[in-house]
Amino acid sequence: MTDAPLLKVEDLHVSYNTPTGVVEAVRGVSFELGREKLGIVGESGSGKSQTGRAILGLVAPGGQRRARRLEFDGTDLLSADERTMRRIRGDCISMIMQDPKYSLNPVMSIGAQIEEAFLVHRETIRQEARERTLEMLRAVKIREAERVYKAYPHEVSGGMGQRIMIAMMMIPEPDIIIADEPTSALDVTVQLQVLAVLDDMISERGMGLIFISHDLNLVASFCDRILVMYGGQVVEQCLAAELDQARHPYTRGLLNCLPSLDHGQDELPVLKRDPAWLSAVKVSS
Amino acid sequence: MSGLGNIRGWLLAEVPKSKWQARGQRFYIGWLAFRANPVAMAGLIIVAGLVLVALLAPWITASDGLEPDLPNRLQPPSAEHWFGTDQLGRDIYDRIIWGSRITLYIVGLVAIIVVPIGLVIGTIAGYVGGLVDSVLMRLTDIFLAFPRLILAMAFVAVLGPGLENAVLAIALTTWSPFARIARAEALTIRNSEFILAAQVQGVSTVGILTRHVTPLCLSSVIVRLTLDMAGIILTAAGLGFLGLGAQPPTPEWGAMISLGRQYLIDQWWVPTVPGIAILVVSLGFNLLGDGLRDVFDPKSGA
Amino acid sequence: MIEINHLDVVFGHGHKLFHAVRDLALKIERGQSYGLVGESGSGKTTVLRALAGLLAGVARVSGEMQVAGESLQGQNRSREFRRRVQMVFQDPYGSLHPRHTVDTILSEPARVHRLDRIEDRVVQALEEVGLDASFRFRYPHQISGGQRQRVSVARALITDPEIVLLDEPTSALDVSVQAEVLNLLMRLKRDHGLTYVLVSHNLAVVAHMCEALSVMQNGSVVETMNVKQLRDHTPTTPYTRQLLTASLGYDRQAIDAFEEFA
Repeated sequence: MTDAPLLKVEDLHVSYNTPTGVVEAVRGVSFELGREKLGIVGESGSGKSQTGRAILGLVAPGGQRRARRLEFDGTDLLSADERTMRRIRGDCISMIMQDPKYSLNPVMSIGAQIEEAFLVHRETIRQEARERTLEMLRAVKIREAERVYKAYPHEVSGGMGQRIMIAMMMIPEPDIIIADEPTSALDVTVQLQVLAVLDDMISERGMGLIFISHDLNLVASFCDRILVMYGGQVVEQCLAAELDQARHPYTRGLLNCLPSLDHGQDELPVLKRDPAWLSAVKVSS
Repeated sequence: MSGLGNIRGWLLAEVPKSKWQARGQRFYIGWLAFRANPVAMAGLIIVAGLVLVALLAPWITASDGLEPDLPNRLQPPSAEHWFGTDQLGRDIYDRIIWGSRITLYIVGLVAIIVVPIGLVIGTIAGYVGGLVDSVLMRLTDIFLAFPRLILAMAFVAVLGPGLENAVLAIALTTWSPFARIARAEALTIRNSEFILAAQVQGVSTVGILTRHVTPLCLSSVIVRLTLDMAGIILTAAGLGFLGLGAQPPTPEWGAMISLGRQYLIDQWWVPTVPGIAILVVSLGFNLLGDGLRDVFDPKSGA
Repeated sequence: MIEINHLDVVFGHGHKLFHAVRDLALKIERGQSYGLVGESGSGKTTVLRALAGLLAGVARVSGEMQVAGESLQGQNRSREFRRRVQMVFQDPYGSLHPRHTVDTILSEPARVHRLDRIEDRVVQALEEVGLDASFRFRYPHQISGGQRQRVSVARALITDPEIVLLDEPTSALDVSVQAEVLNLLMRLKRDHGLTYVLVSHNLAVVAHMCEALSVMQNGSVVETMNVKQLRDHTPTTPYTRQLLTASLGYDRQAIDAFEEFA
């Protein structure tokens, strides 16, 4: 599946200075991403979102990013200046957030916003941009593309909004998409339909995807490879298909404590957290 | 020292053991945040200074500032009369000190009248909604629509000049923004799950208003009140200046400016000193209000 | 225990009119855990709120509701109903008053219903939900989401209720915390002989907790079944089948067969 990796992350750290001391949100995360779907799973506070943001240099004020290596397609992101980073954020690595409402401009029609993305990234004339926009809306399986083109963000549903975000993110034809809980706010069927759109686009265009989610089952069925994060560290790396053979007690605990649809249990096994996990060696298979 | 250490330990204990300790801790954490803000502390020091001066007035003044002493009229500031004397020969320093009591009296009385009215009208309008809301808010709008000083003047004209009537007039013209704020808070609180939870418990509407809604409206009302204090003092001074507030020989700061203004060119200190006093106290309340706003900010967790 | 017939709930007027629940019927036995399943906008939470009498002045509610022999009038609820029927809400961050300590939160229902031994009840309720006495004088912002949800459950237990309405009680929690809260709810049900009405979008949670369930869509029940049917994956309506398929995870082929149900 992978040839030369698109993204290399080695020993990534993100820490924050707070009044009560330094908080380490990400502690030594390393991975490589090829043209594949990589899932990062973890509970709240595991550092999964921080990892995704840190790749793009998006660290909240008071935060610090360190890494031994952070490379996108041969470009060193650690030493890149703000201009290079802007180009990379715009053209090479896109990010899809959980709630499209915050990412879309509420007083601009959807069509105009997508068109603008075209005009910024590609040298196109307005007429062509309009056609490409409609084409893009159809590509994300929006049936009434003409109507949505004229609509404003508050007039569309959550699932539609997220499709529109995907369409916008696809315009610069990035190599990597980082999706942070892109469908968590959606109903389950809509969620899967949106993921299908994302999936098709990624495989057609040969992109890499980092899919950040708390939903172990979803990641296991959607992604190719999984990183399980706990306490800012990757505690387990495995192929999605082999998740059920995961060895780290945290991963096992997470899998076991999910209620089952198929058989009843009197009591769910409860995850017992071991302080040793915070300094644990990584298990990979 | 160890006693103080114990109190600190009690206030920072991991596990509070009583309701009072929990409240004390919340207050202390808020205080720590407030203390870290130098501008807010400056405001607090000014306001605390005002209170202290008002309390100590009999001991830090030589006279009650009411008796004329015509041979010494319009003396410039000197070692004997720090801020000089006015047109009747009264020591301005003494009058300023005694005047702080009047300022505090005005501010305190207005607060005591305005906050409950604003809270009651605002929370009921916001929480009950519907027709009640419309009626109460239109009433509020009427009071908001008048310029404050003009309305206060109209009230005083009806009630007759005097300090108490000035305070009443100011209160009547000041409560409406508080009702608006309380209503805005109540509107957002009304839809939260903890209000639904209280309804499920069977808490009465009055109980929900007093125990659940009001405590959450209180912080923004208090912030607004401290920020408004400057305006209240200035309105009181304005009424005093127009001769509609405190009557001579009461050493009210606005009235002092009013009576001293004809000496501005030759004996500048007569109107300037009370002017500075008003400025400093207004500034103090404003800074304090800003600081409180930061402490009460829900994001700070205090 | 609970019987609802011809329940209709309508929000708003004119062109903003929204018919949230249409001619709904439900029958729940004493001691049962009953699931109400559906996607957002299906009306499942509205049914719960109509039952709890939380829609006064918010929506127009009509229909017959009977709870433990008591016939409910409109959205007014008797004091006795308020004692017998309690509710746990979805958002552990929103359902506890931010300026009240755990102690204040737990003693309020006891005071409202003029119960005796308030202090003992508070301590006992905390113990039952697995929180020790050190939590008693904390504020909600000082404890974790899972602990908050335990406090919400403890608050619901104070008045010794017979019915507890659960509105997505674990959907805002991490899965490991969800397991703890679900275990807690199961244990309390056994110990106190409670009747649960559980609203959830998560079929696995409903399969774990409930004996029977109704699937709702656009304000109506499309299918009522027992948990065995759910576990065997043998629902009868296409809507439920699709919901079930979607709950099993991502399957590229299956998604193309998804239909729009209006």
